[in-house]
Amino acid sequence: MNSFGWPEFFFILRSAGWTLLLTAVAFLIGGALGAALAIMRLSANRVLSGFASGYILTIQSIPVLMVLFMSYYGLSLFGIRLPAFFAASLSLSIYVSAYLAEIWRGSIESVPFQQWEASSSLALTKGQQYRYVILPQAVRIALPPTVGFLVQLVKNTSIVSVVGFVELSRAGALVNQATFLPFQVFSVVAAIYFVICFPLSRLSRHLEKVMNVGRSH
Amino acid sequence: MNRFKFEAVWAEFDTILAGVGLTIVLSISAIILGSILAILLSALRRIGGRWVGILIDAYVELMRNTPFLIQLFMVFFGLPLIGIRMSGDMAALLAMTLNLGAYASEIIRAGVDSVHKSQLEAGESLALTRMQVFRYVILKPAIARVWPALTSQFVLMMLASSICSFIAVRELSGVAAIVEQDTFRSFEVYIIVTLIYLVLALSLKTFLLWLGKRIFPNLSGLARIEAKGGAV
Repeated sequence: MNSFGWPEFFFILRSAGWTLLLTAVAFLIGGALGAALAIMRLSANRVLSGFASGYILTIQSIPVLMVLFMSYYGLSLFGIRLPAFFAASLSLSIYVSAYLAEIWRGSIESVPFQQWEASSSLALTKGQQYRYVILPQAVRIALPPTVGFLVQLVKNTSIVSVVGFVELSRAGALVNQATFLPFQVFSVVAAIYFVICFPLSRLSRHLEKVMNVGRSH
Repeated sequence: MNRFKFEAVWAEFDTILAGVGLTIVLSISAIILGSILAILLSALRRIGGRWVGILIDAYVELMRNTPFLIQLFMVFFGLPLIGIRMSGDMAALLAMTLNLGAYASEIIRAGVDSVHKSQLEAGESLALTRMQVFRYVILKPAIARVWPALTSQFVLMMLASSICSFIAVRELSGVAAIVEQDTFRSFEVYIIVTLIYLVLALSLKTFLLWLGKRIFPNLSGLARIEAKGGAV
């Protein structure tokens, strides 16, 4: 039986890098998808907005774990054998896209509709309205809940360990199997997650206060 | 597409149904116990001293900033070491309750904060104790106001119960893994199970929103009174 010493600690700490990388990749891809979905959801085209709201409702109503399994086994069904990192990134991106789309849709909608009227009276096109008038205001509203959602994402990366990808949680589970010191091992793992997530939570709350100051209703 | 074969999966549908049952039992129990914990925490925060408040804040932040999976591992692998032995099902229920209690108490706190000060003063002027004010004046309108947020949190907890399959609990995701190993029809199994989760989540949401209307029939009236009070 091994003891829980520095080598094990550094193994766990290194795996936290994978957790962060996975978070970054899922956030970038999922964010791009989510932005597109948010705009589709708000479009006057019924097919587009219907598709977007169906997608959002479905993904928000199934466990992330199922999205992961569907990506993992779905891809292999079509003969695509991808490394676990790919299936993990894909499924987390899908998860992220649905939640960010909903957060961002709400932010865009909370920009007063007079802003749309004023900008259209200036003969701006839809794209210009979004680019110059609506989005700059929506971003301020969207920032606090987006940062708050990052915390959820960091925590949810823990489940990709089930397809064999070694990130922070999986590293903890492996060290636990070798040492049988669950309290020590998982306390360290939990502490690392906490160190990542807590500042983000505080930042989200801080932004909420700061961003609300300049808003008039 | 004829490469899909669902027959093998249908043959084990009894196993899947048992998993559905356990998911429902775990979720409903965690929702009830977690809500009780959340209300207790909110009450303690209200009537307890400064140190009680700090302890509760620490607990809530700890739960909200670490993954449910690690909390589950702590309960399942960690507690037996200090002599608390329990089955996987019980560990799952305990972890879910502790997690949901923290999240729900934070939501209820927002509702408690939104109750207007004049209501508390009215309660105190009737010589109610702080506990009585919390119990009879604050609690119901507070929960009524945050019921939609609580509903979302309860549905999220039901979905997160799938993570309990990591410690071999035979809830819906757990039995999915078993059926998958028996039949080798991975994708088919997970399609069916995903659809079941979808139905469960939408039903739970619909039920909770209906329940909210039943328990708090004058929800909109309360909100109106509050809006008036706020403007004064």
